Amino acid sequence: MDVIKTLSKSIREFRIPAMKSPVFVVLESLMETIIPFVTAKLINEIKAGCGMDVITKYGLVLIVLAMLSLSLGVMAGNASATAATGFSRNLRKDIFYRIQDFSFENIDRFQTSSLVTRMTTDIQNVQLAFMMLIRIGFRAPVMLIFSFTTAFIMGGRMAWIFVAVIPILAIGLFSVIRMVMPLFRAVFKKYDALNDSVQENVTGMRVVKSFVREEYEKEKFDRAATDVQKDFTKAERILAINNPLMQFCLYVVMIFVLSYGSYTIITTRGADLDVGQFSALLTYSFQILISLMMLSMIFVMVTLAAESSERIAEVLREESTLRSPADPVMSVQDGSIDFDNVSFKYSKTAEKYVLSDIDLHIKSGETIGVIGGTGSSKSSFIQLIPRLYDVTEGTVRVGGVDVKAYDLKTLRDQVSVVLQKNVLFSGTIKENLRWGNPKATDEEIIEACKLAQADEFVERFPNKYDTLITQGGTNVSGGQKQRLCIARSLLKKPKVLILDDSTSAVDTKTDALIRKGFKEFIPETTKIIIAQRVSSVQDADRILILDGGKIQDIGTHEELLGRNETYQDLYYSQNKVTGEQATDAANKGGEN
Amino acid sequence: MKRPNAPRALPKKGTALRLIKLLFKFYPRLLPFTILCILINAVVSAIPSVFQQKVIALIEANWRTGDWDKVSGQIMASVFTLAGLYVISLIAGFVYNQCMAIITQGSLKKLRVLMFDGMQDLPIRYFDQHEHGDIMSYYTNDVDTLRQLISVAIPQLLVSGVTIITIFSLMMYYSIWLAIVVVGGVTIMTRVVKKVGGGSSKYFMKQQGALAKTEGFIEEMMNGQKVIKVFNHETQAEEDFDKINDELFRVAERANKYANTLMPILGNIGNILYVVLAFVGGALLLLKVPNLSLSGMALSISITVPFLNMEKQFAGQIGGISQQINAVVMGLAGAGRLFTLMDEKAEEDEGDVVLVKCRELDGRIVETTEHTESWAWKRTDKDGNVEYKKLEGDVVLKDVDFSYDGSHTVLHGVNVFARPGQKVAFVGATGAGKTTITNLINRFYEIQDGVITYDGIDIKKIKKADLRHSLGIILQDTVLFTGTVMENIRYGKLDATDEECIAAARLAGADSFIQRLPEGYNTKLLSNGSNLSQGQRQLISIARAAVADPPVMIMDEATSSIDTHTEAIVQKGMDALMAGRTVFVIAHRLSTVQNSDVIMVLDHGKIIERGSHDELIAAKGNYYQLYTGAFELE
Repeated sequence: MDVIKTLSKSIREFRIPAMKSPVFVVLESLMETIIPFVTAKLINEIKAGCGMDVITKYGLVLIVLAMLSLSLGVMAGNASATAATGFSRNLRKDIFYRIQDFSFENIDRFQTSSLVTRMTTDIQNVQLAFMMLIRIGFRAPVMLIFSFTTAFIMGGRMAWIFVAVIPILAIGLFSVIRMVMPLFRAVFKKYDALNDSVQENVTGMRVVKSFVREEYEKEKFDRAATDVQKDFTKAERILAINNPLMQFCLYVVMIFVLSYGSYTIITTRGADLDVGQFSALLTYSFQILISLMMLSMIFVMVTLAAESSERIAEVLREESTLRSPADPVMSVQDGSIDFDNVSFKYSKTAEKYVLSDIDLHIKSGETIGVIGGTGSSKSSFIQLIPRLYDVTEGTVRVGGVDVKAYDLKTLRDQVSVVLQKNVLFSGTIKENLRWGNPKATDEEIIEACKLAQADEFVERFPNKYDTLITQGGTNVSGGQKQRLCIARSLLKKPKVLILDDSTSAVDTKTDALIRKGFKEFIPETTKIIIAQRVSSVQDADRILILDGGKIQDIGTHEELLGRNETYQDLYYSQNKVTGEQATDAANKGGEN
Repeated sequence: MKRPNAPRALPKKGTALRLIKLLFKFYPRLLPFTILCILINAVVSAIPSVFQQKVIALIEANWRTGDWDKVSGQIMASVFTLAGLYVISLIAGFVYNQCMAIITQGSLKKLRVLMFDGMQDLPIRYFDQHEHGDIMSYYTNDVDTLRQLISVAIPQLLVSGVTIITIFSLMMYYSIWLAIVVVGGVTIMTRVVKKVGGGSSKYFMKQQGALAKTEGFIEEMMNGQKVIKVFNHETQAEEDFDKINDELFRVAERANKYANTLMPILGNIGNILYVVLAFVGGALLLLKVPNLSLSGMALSISITVPFLNMEKQFAGQIGGISQQINAVVMGLAGAGRLFTLMDEKAEEDEGDVVLVKCRELDGRIVETTEHTESWAWKRTDKDGNVEYKKLEGDVVLKDVDFSYDGSHTVLHGVNVFARPGQKVAFVGATGAGKTTITNLINRFYEIQDGVITYDGIDIKKIKKADLRHSLGIILQDTVLFTGTVMENIRYGKLDATDEECIAAARLAGADSFIQRLPEGYNTKLLSNGSNLSQGQRQLISIARAAVADPPVMIMDEATSSIDTHTEAIVQKGMDALMAGRTVFVIAHRLSTVQNSDVIMVLDHGKIIERGSHDELIAAKGNYYQLYTGAFELE
């Protein structure tokens, strides 16, 4: 019920068509039940040998009814189409907007593919179920009740046969559904897994081919597909009982009406039942069973959609864990950064702290290198600065002000991060770069690209800055992508620039040129550079060594080379300089 | 360049025929049997009105007498015949419904397997040229449209078609005059179905397109959600989304409006037709127009009444057909797309030289099935003479030119000589063509000019599978598969024991972190190992290559994401792994390639320098600059 409440908020402007539809449907169904009523009368009249005038009279009534039913039907169809597709449009919009509001913590909680499914398949399911609900969901019960009542009015006590048969059918249909639903639910999971494995193969085709595992993969897929097939077949075979079951009930009614009905008519000389009533019974028996069938169909649809609704509601209910404060600071003074005894873990319930006791003060305009092994929390460390995550303990200040006091947009405009897992979007290079600053002039874009050493290769593209980037940026190389991402961040003209391992695919020479440019052209910007290569950080003002979420050491290249073993190891393993040179460097470091 | 999404056009004419042929091929016996059951069920379901009619006629003739015994024999005879028919119909109905469930799921599975098998044999180029999301949608969206087509639409069409023919014959049996009226009504109905149903199909196809577009957009945005946050791009993203979403709404609304209104329109045309029939029937009766019918019966009430009932059934069937139009159109479009995937040309393999295990006996190479360390190339000529050549790992590229698209040459006149056991490194800027060279050695792509030989054999003459078996490749983008760590390592050699896998992991320096995983080697990897760090994934992929134990290895940035500290630890293992093999190494970190026998410096697809580290440093050329530039020794 909670789910319905959450989802129904998205109906909004489509409330009216959503309410119109059932009204029209009820009226339409009413017409549809009256029509056979009138036709039965007409038949009686014809049999009684009525004249053309009576047929004309009934005919006109029938045509009017049919026209009414037609217009009501069309109106109901239109209203329900608008309501259902509008509802799903709003749902998609609400989810998308909600996700835009998510913090990094929220984003981490959902897998990308699952969000995509929720916004496509799940919403399509809900749309279909909703449309059925406001159309057939009203039509079937109305038809059932009307047919039932009229069957009694017209058929008299013969109509009791329905009371006997309907429970059998109802129990049959619903037990079939009850048996089938859990099977379907289980098999849909397997089906998803099957498709995931196809996806894996498509992306990993080079590996498959390199190891000559085509046949192996085929066998694996065949097995999984057979498994899915078995389960689906089982479920569908049970479901396939529905149809014959309905036919069976219909036939029982027919036989009963035909035999007992004719007996009654003849023995009572038409007193208890006449021929008109007799044929009406046959007509209604068909309608009653059809409406039951429709009801069972709706039941299946709604149960299937219930699962989808749950998954949609889960996103809609997710509250962002980060918000701008009520009275935010709207400007950042300078690029100074202070970590006051900061500790951080990703969730309140997590046992282990990812960062602990970080106390660090960075002056505006300083360049800080960050080095540390995999899992040393380098990325976590820098993500606290633009408040992508909130600290668990302590305070992070930028420009002397607690990051929590800033308007988020202001803060993130001034603290620009080039993420490690970076993405370009489909669109031209220019469009991608303008993410940094929508109003950037072409000159500014070129300037930023020159600084990021991207201008040279962009100029070599036939369409230069208007070159189209494909989805996921697959048509530029890793190094080119990284440089474009840096340029994009530079366009923000931030007070703090953070590069999270953003030049790993760029060759060392270009890497050096980028850093040289930073020094010359944006000296006032505070720069924090995370890198694997010592060469990327060795000319920084200070180098921070993180280890297991703690600051192991901080100092200049020379200082660290002189005293820090980790740093020495790292440096020598990368440079393989001779022992002599090492001693030299160490000595130099000592002198400083 | 990726090709744009395959257009979602209306299905081609031949598609339906091909699909039907395929279904018959899948179930050559069961399908005809099922169709037979469907036909029996349909015919038998249409007949009862005849018997109802008989009963009604009997009642009408006798109800005033009140003498049940007199007519009971005749009435009950009809009822029992009817009951008999019902039983047949029920059995046929039950059987065909069961068979259809089997056929539907079986055919879908067979189609999936056909597609997948075909896909496995496609050249790498295909995957470069097609969006992965697009390939995926063959398996998801397109197969799903077929489910509806096979399981619901086809039986429904058969039933409706047969019922319509049966009823129409009965109508002719009773009265041709009235049947003509029905034909008139049907003509109008068909017009409506064409117009409204056609509109519905058109917009449903458009909806599929809009849906795919929306899905693509959502996927891209969700993947870059963190970037959106970092750039405060939320509002812009929302605006862009609104445009696409509103377009989807627009076509979906139209599509559903068409679909929803078809039924009421048809139903009520049926009602009006009913009135017209009653009117015409009445008029004929009154005017005593001589009846024209196959049965020769005179027109009477007992004909008009069942005729009216038959008209209802008739209109109902046309409604039934119209409800399947969308399923048919979309299903055929889906089938058409599946066929394009199946029709893609498989990777060609004209090689006849194969790789075999061997032993040396008195200086001669003897083929063996035993597990040995040595391998040999085996070539059988036309006369059945067998020739062996020991596998050494001597790889030569001679004057190789290559272009991905036939117009932009990526490699020009590349010459590489890798002697057995040598370590050959490629160095150069991104895009210089390093990875391309390795892709040519294992024949992911075909060269335009020049020749590549392996132990003196042109690689075009070697069977692709065997060529690739002899090469171990660690790719730039690590790909792991769903399954345990152990299974992933074993991917390199399917019959490897646990011990062999663990030994390989040790060699790759992966053992220690794997041990620390929650369930060690049995830890399940999520999609592409997303629960591991990039470096850890690379280590597993190295172990995977190690267990395969190939004579030649290609390492494309194999250690780029491993931090240098770990790399130093792994180095020993890597050295062990490379010992005695011909190895091609691509790396950004010059430290990784320094100890190579030969270093090739690539620039814009040309080898501009070659030599050992010391030679190249002494030459003070490009390599020297790169090296010094990297470390900035001023």
